[in-house]
Amino acid sequence: MSKQYVMGNGAIALGALKAGVNLVAGYPGTPSSEIIETVAKYPHEGTYVEWSVNEKAAMEVAAAAAYCGARAMVTMKQVGLNVASDPLMSLAYVGVKGGMVVVSADDPGPISSQTEQDTRRFAEFARIPVFDPSSPEEAFDMVQEAFVCSEKYKTPVILRPTTRVDHAYASIDAPDTFKAKEYEGFVKDSKKWVIFPRLSYLNHAMIEKRNVEIGEEFSSCRFNTVSGDSNKAVIATGVSYAYAAEYLKDHPEIRLIKVGTPHPLPERFLLKALEGVSEALCFEELSPYIEESLLKLIGKHHLELDVRGKLTGDVPPSGENDADSARRIISRFLGMEFDETGADHAGAPQPPMRPPVLCAGCPHRASFYAVKRAMKGKKAVFCGDIGCYTLGNAMPLDMVDTCLCMGAGVTMAQGFDHMDPDAVSFAFVGDSTFFASGITGVVNAVYNAADMILCVLDNSTTAMTGHQPHPGTGRNLMATPVEKVSIEKILLAVGVEKVVTVDPLDLDAAIAAVKECAALKGVKAIIFKSPCVAITKPDKKLRVDSETCIGCLRCIKEIGCPALSVTDGKAVIDENLCTGCGLCAKLCPVNAIGGAEG
Amino acid sequence: MKKDIMICGVGGQGTVLASKIIAASAMDEGSAVHSAETIGMAQRGGSVTSHVRIGEGAYSPLIPVGGADLLIAFEPSEAVRNLRYLKKDGFVIVNRVPVKPTTLGSSEGYDGKEEIAFLQSKCDCLVVDSDALCAPFGSSKFFNVAVIGAAAGTGKLGIGADTIRNTIVRIVPERFQEKNLAAFDAGSKIGVNQYANQ
Repeated sequence: MSKQYVMGNGAIALGALKAGVNLVAGYPGTPSSEIIETVAKYPHEGTYVEWSVNEKAAMEVAAAAAYCGARAMVTMKQVGLNVASDPLMSLAYVGVKGGMVVVSADDPGPISSQTEQDTRRFAEFARIPVFDPSSPEEAFDMVQEAFVCSEKYKTPVILRPTTRVDHAYASIDAPDTFKAKEYEGFVKDSKKWVIFPRLSYLNHAMIEKRNVEIGEEFSSCRFNTVSGDSNKAVIATGVSYAYAAEYLKDHPEIRLIKVGTPHPLPERFLLKALEGVSEALCFEELSPYIEESLLKLIGKHHLELDVRGKLTGDVPPSGENDADSARRIISRFLGMEFDETGADHAGAPQPPMRPPVLCAGCPHRASFYAVKRAMKGKKAVFCGDIGCYTLGNAMPLDMVDTCLCMGAGVTMAQGFDHMDPDAVSFAFVGDSTFFASGITGVVNAVYNAADMILCVLDNSTTAMTGHQPHPGTGRNLMATPVEKVSIEKILLAVGVEKVVTVDPLDLDAAIAAVKECAALKGVKAIIFKSPCVAITKPDKKLRVDSETCIGCLRCIKEIGCPALSVTDGKAVIDENLCTGCGLCAKLCPVNAIGGAEG
Repeated sequence: MKKDIMICGVGGQGTVLASKIIAASAMDEGSAVHSAETIGMAQRGGSVTSHVRIGEGAYSPLIPVGGADLLIAFEPSEAVRNLRYLKKDGFVIVNRVPVKPTTLGSSEGYDGKEEIAFLQSKCDCLVVDSDALCAPFGSSKFFNVAVIGAAAGTGKLGIGADTIRNTIVRIVPERFQEKNLAAFDAGSKIGVNQYANQ
């Protein structure tokens, strides 16, 4: 055993390894990505780990392991659970043999996500148990407990951390090496493993009966706690509990209730914890899940209890809670004062806005710019997708008209074509997103005879989430090298007639490729191939010759590279950021930009 | 020891490594540590913060407003943006060199000078210059380690310089160690001088 200072996601990984997990699969997505990376990094014997092409694939790979009696964990961000919901909903009916834990990381804020959806709702919808950790330490314990619960009740179990738990660091006592547990192997039984209406009917009844039992067991679970005895109670969940506990640490008399297992609701625990309480504040993030559960409980048991929370406007309906909002909201509820004397910051100058942008030298900038130049003056719609390249929406590029969900850019470009055939429909999709959910859309577009241009922004990695490998990279988590899956061959195989591969940093060739494709009918594809600058060594850095620079600022106005800024009316390049991609030099009308040494 | 340290800057400046080094060093000295990072989309040139909480009694990973003993800012406007997290008598270490936002318009005129003057008028602070400090090392990428040196030098960090040097040796790849240690020492010198002047 040794102390490991790890992120919450690392704690989840170590907890699973300690539980002897046999198989771990997932798809990268902030804030969940480091779980799989940690599993792969620690010495483990007999544990298979993979980045799957998407969350649905991961869920199904893991389900098979659980059918074998092995322990399986699948990881994703909350919107990934939408992708994996098809297998999960059915798996909830079929059940498992080995423990199966589904980690779905929620993102209050949202900080790096499309939605503020609440995975606790998904657990209730799928009628399966969910654990909700309030700290990395608790996440480490909960994942182990979740495997036990899963095996005992033969059901997949969800662990629902949130960003602040995933990305918080804490010390965990963990073994130095791990060994996967023994498992029986798959035992054929079609009455058990083949889902049919009759089986679902029978299992549905069993599940409802079982959930009452789990709720009863959760009522004695160590993750549900109560302290203090005041008649006003604060009920908190997840990291919100940590904020509340810190604020109330000098007020041990205040009744503070933590619900770590929101579904099935630990009714007996709550009824006991709320004895003598006249008013309860539900301090939770995302949806008013506990608040609504409590209202049901009150109705069911005819309790005299005033419930405050999101539904009453005491807690904001959206966004994340933090230590500060905990103080304000809880003190207001309790009628307490709190000391807010921080450093004097009155009269502070307004700090500049810093929207996230594509990195200096990012090849996506060149790809977008090439399409923009080629389509200048023409009617076109630019469908974006999920990844770093969503940032192509920012001014001055302004090249992302839509972004919906993983893979949607491809299919939406097709839809726009049917509604407005005069406009050229573009879909921008990254290489990892292409493998995750882009291919089906291309088949759909070819089959339905759409006119559109698919732009695959191939930077040979999954950049936004921390450079995970994918099928096109030639390596996976168990072996390297593996056969690279060719995007070009896939496109040709599904019937895309024109497939051009071009280096976006070769601006003239890139513009010519776009123009050529725009003149053709059918589905065309351009693979803009250039590696991510975050994983390659920078080229010779560039410098602006201030004597030659005429201050037209075309370089800044057209491409928005963060290495470029204005000083005394002229462009300057921050050599610490410049990668030498040369895009700015190509559009300088007076050739003022050149090699730093030159 | 109980200490809340906030580190702030712009995505890409290396705040995450700085917080890792401080956290690991505090643990080596026997303290309980919790910390939190900005990870994800905001890392692409957005405002980023790291919260490092040393000592018992930190239930949550985030420092409350008005709770930080020390604010280490890699950029002037980010120091101003996060000043509300500082305690009444807290200490600020701030880099004088601005990172101009990419969007034209909002970047015009911003040079960080007004921000530095504001900080100096409001609180006890040490202003450092990443360009000058890192010039001998050939890249401002070493600022994250240099600024920890400055913080340690002032004594406001509450962690021994030797402990931090050991951490650097442990977690920084070998080929960068020499420059990182030199950057740490250069920062430390500035911090010590500041402290001696007070």
